[in-house]
Amino acid sequence: MTQEELGEMIGVSRQTINAIEKEKFDPSLNTAFKMSRVFQTTIEKFFFYEK
Amino acid sequence: MKAKRRKVIIQLAIWTWTWVATLAIATFGPNYLWEDRTILTICAVLLNLLNGGLMIHANRNLFNHYDELERKIHLESMGFTLGASVVFGISYALVDQLDLIHSDAKIGILVFFIGITYMISLLINRKRYL
Repeated sequence: MTQEELGEMIGVSRQTINAIEKEKFDPSLNTAFKMSRVFQTTIEKFFFYEK
Repeated sequence: MKAKRRKVIIQLAIWTWTWVATLAIATFGPNYLWEDRTILTICAVLLNLLNGGLMIHANRNLFNHYDELERKIHLESMGFTLGASVVFGISYALVDQLDLIHSDAKIGILVFFIGITYMISLLINRKRYL
């Protein structure tokens, strides 16, 4: 799946997906839930809280 | 999403250009088109104000179409531009009051400053996040 396709599915731009991947931007809870739904997994598998 | 984005950008472009056109009519009309007939000047200014309102509405539509990262980038740029413009505007008015500049302070200078500051802060924020 491309960044463009994922972005289309969850309603954000390709650049936003890229920024999330590069850890330059923390997505909202809403976007995080949508991403986890697309990949049929839980948010914890995607995002880790680092102090 | 792209088609909708294109549509709101075109709407904003239309209202921006018609706002510029109605501003030009209101500015030059009294001298070159209707020779100081006050009622026509008032109508031209009101038309420009109405057009300005529609331009703001189109800009709001575009902003609501942005995703969360785009909104963050624009909001940070707007916040910085607002602060810088208040500081610059007050200093500019002060140097005019104290007669430290030869000409009178002009609103166009402040508008130019706002535009340039917003563009530069947008570029910096885009580089930071994208």
